[in-house]
Amino acid sequence: MNIHEYQGKEILRKYGVAVPNGSVAFSPEEAVKVAKELGASVTVVKAQIHAGGRGKAGGVKIAKNLEEVRAYAKELLGKILVTHQTGPEGKEVKRLYIEEGSDIRKEYYLSLVLDRATSRVTLMGSEEGGMDIEEVAEATPEKIFKEVVDPVTGLTPFQARRMAFNMNIPPKLVNKAAKLMLGLYQAFVDKDASIVEINPLVVTGNDEVVALDAKFNFDANALYRHKDIVELRDYDEEDPKEIEASKYDLSYIPLDGNIGCMVNGAGLAMATMDTISYYGGQPANFLDVGGGATAEKVTEAFKIILSDPNVKGIFVNIFGGIMKCDVIAEGVITAAKEVGLQVPLVVRLEGTNVDLGKELLNASGLNIVAADSMADGAQKIVKLV
Amino acid sequence: MSVYINKDTKVIVQGITGETALFHTKQMLEYGTKIVAGVTPGKAGQEAEGVPVFNTVKDAVDATGANVSVIYVPAPFAADAIMEAVDAELDLTICITEHIPVLDMVKVKRYMEGKKTRLVGPNCPGVITADECKIGIMPGYIHTKGHVGVVSRSGTLTYEAVHQLSQAGIGQTTAVGIGGDPVNGTNFIDVLTEFNNDPETYAVVMIGEIGGTAEEEAAEWIKANMTKPVVGFIGGQTAPPGKRMGHAGAIISGGKGTAAEKIKAMNAADIQVAETPSVIGETLIKVLKEKGLYEKCKTH
Repeated sequence: MNIHEYQGKEILRKYGVAVPNGSVAFSPEEAVKVAKELGASVTVVKAQIHAGGRGKAGGVKIAKNLEEVRAYAKELLGKILVTHQTGPEGKEVKRLYIEEGSDIRKEYYLSLVLDRATSRVTLMGSEEGGMDIEEVAEATPEKIFKEVVDPVTGLTPFQARRMAFNMNIPPKLVNKAAKLMLGLYQAFVDKDASIVEINPLVVTGNDEVVALDAKFNFDANALYRHKDIVELRDYDEEDPKEIEASKYDLSYIPLDGNIGCMVNGAGLAMATMDTISYYGGQPANFLDVGGGATAEKVTEAFKIILSDPNVKGIFVNIFGGIMKCDVIAEGVITAAKEVGLQVPLVVRLEGTNVDLGKELLNASGLNIVAADSMADGAQKIVKLV
Repeated sequence: MSVYINKDTKVIVQGITGETALFHTKQMLEYGTKIVAGVTPGKAGQEAEGVPVFNTVKDAVDATGANVSVIYVPAPFAADAIMEAVDAELDLTICITEHIPVLDMVKVKRYMEGKKTRLVGPNCPGVITADECKIGIMPGYIHTKGHVGVVSRSGTLTYEAVHQLSQAGIGQTTAVGIGGDPVNGTNFIDVLTEFNNDPETYAVVMIGEIGGTAEEEAAEWIKANMTKPVVGFIGGQTAPPGKRMGHAGAIISGGKGTAAEKIKAMNAADIQVAETPSVIGETLIKVLKEKGLYEKCKTH
């Protein structure tokens, strides 16, 4: 789960990480009010969307007076911002963050992320902060420094200092930078984050080390123990079908094609999409109904697929292990009857309780095309749409 | 022969009184797995599917001499269940549970350092040695005894591959689902090492998916060490790049992790990669014929 920059900075403040003063605004009037309270000579107006690359896309504006704050707020609110991380459709700006300007001397990069290779949380830093950090990592990987954290001790002060020295933070500010890193790590583990990224981290003219941006991503599996984080979720940033799916613990990603897919297991779901594409079709979605699905969950999954007007046919591909084929069959039948299925439906069932599942489908009286294998099913649905 | 488990393996089911665990305990018993004990705290003295229930893993081991456990405990308590299995010095614990918080698993991995227990999973279908021992949630009937080892990150794709092999008359030694979580107990190289050393395994099917660099690392290991043919498949070749925030994920993976990168690394290690998931079996048979192993692997 992602949150906005201003929400991330709220969390950082609680962990003693220095961030500029600022507040969220939903209208130009609010933006001006916040700017007035800040009373800074320079105010930054920042579009709040769940994607990086906002600066390059024109989503960050520097205002020298309240009139400019109002003008930029008007310009940005309601604007569709297209960055390299939003996809071509972009994202509409509905919130702004109004922040006092900082006297930036130098920009750095700092992040915490789980490294699969070591199974440890890793602190990464570089003196080449700013917009092009991925190019820096590719062209000059020696400029990215890493500290691997032992979960027993957490990030240690010596590691934080070593990182600060490696990043060429001015020596007199190394302790300040180290303290910031320790706070950042504590926030990461306390809140079960999967990524925290500060880009840029800056050293200011009055010798402060400040987080100028904050990107948080949280482990969805740990949200059950973080009610405070769940409250920060912004539904405007998500596809309504994804929201509906998440209510039922379904893993759903909308795509551009016209063949709706319902599959159990992420691997098989991806493989099903691959197979549909191989036979010349285009999947309308990725949908993993998961392991412990009930008939009700399957019914909801079916409804979500059908709520996409582009869907011209559905391919259900189930290889039951923990998932029982009869449960899938019940869910499919209930959903098809409730919504009045208008599009062709191909079902391939294999695995646990497969005979029971097939019996139920046969007895349902629904117009279902049975498939013997994934390839057979994919070819049949491609032909039917 | 087989890897990790066989007909003598004595199994504990952790969380045995839960609905899912009960269903699969019954299925495992029907397959012939020697399930000797269950564990649910506070339910010692009861029986589940005819299996005695204990309060702790230690009690169950002391009473039955079990050497392997399988975990069906709900996600918030699963990391603790793994550590309990490790503390009881089992040879192997297989964690089926999905949705375990990743930082819990980071702690579990640290806890396991220097201890004897191997963890398979979490978020995996389990391990099965055909006709001998089934531990997990996979449908037993698709497996047939033979000479091909299967290792996979994806549960349901494992079934798909095994099903194709069995239908084509190619039996298996052991199928190991290592699970798709970012932090897990057993990786491809661990399982490939076992298959390489197992005299009954003549060839291996390795199924990966996009994300992480486990397949790339396995490909390098295969190139340097593997004496048996390996065929592969990578799921997610047509998956669109996910919407993302920030750069840290891309930097830590160093540009690896895409399907194209993985297939390239596997081809460089002389691993034939099936073009679609439907031809994993065909691809293996082609390679077996090239290597003169087909007759030896054809079991039925």
